[in-house]
Amino acid sequence: MVKKWIERSYSGLIFVFLYAPILVLIIFSFNESRTRGNWGGFTLHWYADLFRDRQILSAFYYTLSIGVISAVVSTIVGTFAAVGIYNMRYLGQKTILNLNYLPVLNPDIVTGVALMTLFIFFNFRLGFLTLLLAHITFCIPYVILAVLPKLRQLDKNLAEAAMDLGAKPFYAFRKVVLPEITPGIITGALIAFTLSIDDFVISFFTTGSGVTNISITVFSMARRGVNPMINALSTIMFTTVLLLLLWINYRTNKEKEEDEDEKELQMYNVLGTAGDTLSDDDRV
Amino acid sequence: MGEYMIDLKGVSKAFRKDQWVLDDIHLSILEKEFVTLLGPSGCGKTTTLRIIGGFEAATRGDVLFEGKSIRDLPPYERQINTVFQKYALFPHMNVFENIAFGLNIKRVPKEGIQKKVKDMLSLIDLKGFEKRRVHSLSGGQQQRVAIARALVNEPKVLLLDEPLGALDLQLRKEMQVELKKIQEQVGITFLYVTHDQEEALTMSDRVVVMNEGRIEQIGRPEDIYNEPKTPFVANFIGESNLFEGEMKQDNLVYFQGKRFQCVDKAFADTEKVFVVVRPEDVELTGKTNGIIEGEVLRTTFKGIHYEMMIKSLEDEKEWKVHSTERRTPGEVVGITVRPDLIHIMKRG
Repeated sequence: MVKKWIERSYSGLIFVFLYAPILVLIIFSFNESRTRGNWGGFTLHWYADLFRDRQILSAFYYTLSIGVISAVVSTIVGTFAAVGIYNMRYLGQKTILNLNYLPVLNPDIVTGVALMTLFIFFNFRLGFLTLLLAHITFCIPYVILAVLPKLRQLDKNLAEAAMDLGAKPFYAFRKVVLPEITPGIITGALIAFTLSIDDFVISFFTTGSGVTNISITVFSMARRGVNPMINALSTIMFTTVLLLLLWINYRTNKEKEEDEDEKELQMYNVLGTAGDTLSDDDRV
Repeated sequence: MGEYMIDLKGVSKAFRKDQWVLDDIHLSILEKEFVTLLGPSGCGKTTTLRIIGGFEAATRGDVLFEGKSIRDLPPYERQINTVFQKYALFPHMNVFENIAFGLNIKRVPKEGIQKKVKDMLSLIDLKGFEKRRVHSLSGGQQQRVAIARALVNEPKVLLLDEPLGALDLQLRKEMQVELKKIQEQVGITFLYVTHDQEEALTMSDRVVVMNEGRIEQIGRPEDIYNEPKTPFVANFIGESNLFEGEMKQDNLVYFQGKRFQCVDKAFADTEKVFVVVRPEDVELTGKTNGIIEGEVLRTTFKGIHYEMMIKSLEDEKEWKVHSTERRTPGEVVGITVRPDLIHIMKRG
């Protein structure tokens, strides 16, 4: 009894630590009073203000357009990359996959500074284009990681069967392989979009000429001083990303379940066959 | 025309440098013939099939189709279709769409497709299954759809890669008969791959026994069974007793320290040979009436016969014997073999 009580309060405590700051943030985004720590009644005032602020509106615009374009481009590039990697021999596949993990594990600040240096080296003016390129770059590895497992589940003979029936390689890919890996591609696109809209560090180093996304706007507002609008803006970002993550999780779980169903079915078939063969052997 | 449907000319394949999976394969297949590639796993039979289908390129040698080289043609330009081991049906399409896949690529008009798919479904006994999802079908039904999907394109050659491997024994036997029937009905060449010797013997016009990337023997099922040319074939097809011996002269072979009458001519004086005797061809006699005396070691009931292991008193070698007559372990018996049931093959 006591042990159970301790266990529960321990995990409760962890959740409080994790979520208390966010909760406070959300609550205070509805606070009438300008000063923190002082509850002056409920209001949607700060949210309304957000949509009147030109700077914030343009940040919304940049965040969404960068998010959508980088998700689309990185998904296309990442999908083809995954197909290429899938068709490589074992050793090459392993090498490329490890290289692919590197940017995933690399600290954002290193990626950010590196990209900035590269852009400056090639005399790119920092702005919308460089921000977009940076986002596409850091999203591609995640798309590959989402699509590759789907390819691996495919029957190896599927594309061959299509070609055997007269399909040219690209037609076979479009008609037979693509429909099978679409769930992975959509998940990859969602992950890319989520990563793009909540990125701060890499964006901070790779943008310029007045192009800012929401994270950068929040950052510069916070530097200028206390403004309850920051709370409202952060709350919107938090909720959006949370919803996207829930969606992605739901999709991956569903895919897993479907695979398990299929595997179970195959298992059943194999067991059934094995059972039959056994009993036949016994009879002979 | 005098041309072969398919003609493999010295086909060799190495996936890695100097690791030959196929070594100098020569194989000529006639029109309307049912030919089976038979061998243990890893013998190169599936690779041979994949080279003919266009999924692998031969490292050396040439593949002729009706007398013309198809070596450099991709799979989608060959008049050959394949039934894959795990069927490889398209999961997001229904039965109709699966079978119509090849016809759609060839831009056959809609009514033509409807009719052809319908004919195919009646050929494979799955009328009314057009709208069914492929995953809702049983293994045997999926198998039939895979065959229909290939045959609807009217190929001149159908390649089948262990198509019955995933089915249970009962269904496998039914499908063997079914497949042979379909082949006779559509009248095209079937090239079939299996490791199941019974399947090969039952269905084929000719059997190609393969081992370690080489062809051991090509022949009619009866010839392969009755006149194996190599010790490998003798062991792989059915069961056999294999002895080392010497040809003394015409119609006389010496093995196990005794002389046996046979019906083979001496290849040369005291030529070294292998002697093969099928377990069911061994005759058991009274202790002293046989050519060899042996002691029964084990007796196992197998249903239609008893299987007995008999140790020769000459040289301690064991004979496997199938007989409807039961002998008890410990008993000493005589062994003889009718001359025409002794098979001789060259050694060395």
